[in-house]
This record gives sequence, structure tokens and C-alpha cells, in this order.
Amino acid sequence: MDLNITQNDKALIIRINEERLDAHNSAEIKQEIKRLFEDGHKNILVELKNVRFIDSSGLGALVSGFKNATTHQGSLKLSSLQPQVKSMFELTRLHRVFEIFPSTSEGLASY
Amino acid sequence: MQNNSIELNIKVPNQTKYLSLIGRIAEDIAIELDRFSGDKETLAYHMNLVLTEAMTNAIKYGKTDEEGESVHILITISEKKLFIRIYDKGQGFDINEIPSPDFEDIQENGRGIFLIKSLMDSVTYIRHPDGNTLEMVKLLS
Repeated sequence: MDLNITQNDKALIIRINEERLDAHNSAEIKQEIKRLFEDGHKNILVELKNVRFIDSSGLGALVSGFKNATTHQGSLKLSSLQPQVKSMFELTRLHRVFEIFPSTSEGLASY
Repeated sequence: MQNNSIELNIKVPNQTKYLSLIGRIAEDIAIELDRFSGDKETLAYHMNLVLTEAMTNAIKYGKTDEEGESVHILITISEKKLFIRIYDKGQGFDINEIPSPDFEDIQENGRGIFLIKSLMDSVTYIRHPDGNTLEMVKLLS
């Protein structure tokens, strides 16, 4: 899976450079987020700018990350969702669960 | 078959790496549908999603043919309706028994069938002695 992970002074940014987040690759991002929280990172911002498609497995992987954040007294926020991806969060009401920002810079400014 | 009917009969190995291929086929069909007057980009995404969800279910829960090694998908488009049928040979399930997700107690799983039901006009899952069929219908007008 093509992930770009960078440490900002406010949060760890995970850029998902995959067109699809589905049952084929969602377990990988789930494990990666879990590992990063277990390694002691507190604030993670996931940038979805390059993700054109998400299914229920992809949503589930991010929910898992959100729960991991809560367990570790941290946060998992999302940025730069494409319109169709955002509509999936709205349809499943997950837009009420996650803090979602139009851009990564706005996400970072929230910390 | 009517002149303007389209029928695609697809068999792919029951592996998740083929989800993107099936998703692309679904999107291409939607974009080419002159008879659909709505937003084709949205229809394309929705077709991609319901096929991805249904195929993932078939891979997870169904032994999908004699060898249990492939997923069989039939897409039929008539003047006014788009049918997607996915066949499996697993134990099957009662689609009406699957609850909607609990929007207050957030769980990791359990959104696949909800998404399919939300985006299609009719969804049935029929259990036959020799296998099961998930049929999804989208009205085009």
C-alpha cells in the first residue's frame, strides 16, 4: 500500500496514495494506524486527497483507527475528502463521528 | 434480447485484488448509459460500490462455484432497469435479518448491506437448493 507518513510538529500525517480503499487494502491501513498509536503517536491526521473510492471495509478501517485513538487518549482526524468519498461518510452518518477538514493545513490548524 | 439491451456475464477469481476490475467495469457501464438521465458520475460511483460490496460478501461468505474459486456476476440492462445478480454457493443469509448500523454505538463492521440497500431501488437475496442469488435493481428513469 502506498502511504506517505510525515511528522508535523502538531500531528502525524498519513497520506493515502491509493485510488481505492476497499476490502483488498483496508486491513493494511488499519494495522498501520494501530501500530502508530501503539508506538506512542497521539494525534494522527489522515489525508484522503488521492482516494477516489471508499467502501464499507475502508470506512471500517478508519473507524478502527478512531477507536484506537480513543483507547490511547489521542485523536484521528481526516482531511481533503473527494465529494463521492465524503458522501459515503454522510450516508453512514460517520461525518458526525470524525472531525473532517477541507484541507490538511486546516486539519493541522485544529490542533 | 432487445436491440438496446446489454448483458454482461462475468466470472472472476474470488480474490479481493479483482474488486477494482469489477468496479471499473461497473463505472464504465454507468458512464455509457445514454438512457439514464440523472447524474452519471454518481451512478458510476454507486454501481462501483454495490458491486464491490456484493463481491466482497461473496468472497467472504460464499463458496461461489463448484471449485469455490470464482465469483459469478451477471449484469443486465434493459430500457428502464439495471439488474446486478451475484451468485454464490455458501450457506446464505436472510437479508431482512441484517440490522441497519447503530449510528450511536459506532462499530467497525456492518455497513455493506446497508450501503447496498441505500443505493439500490430493490435488493433481494434468494436461497436456492443449489446456491444463492443476490439481486440488486436500479431504476433508470
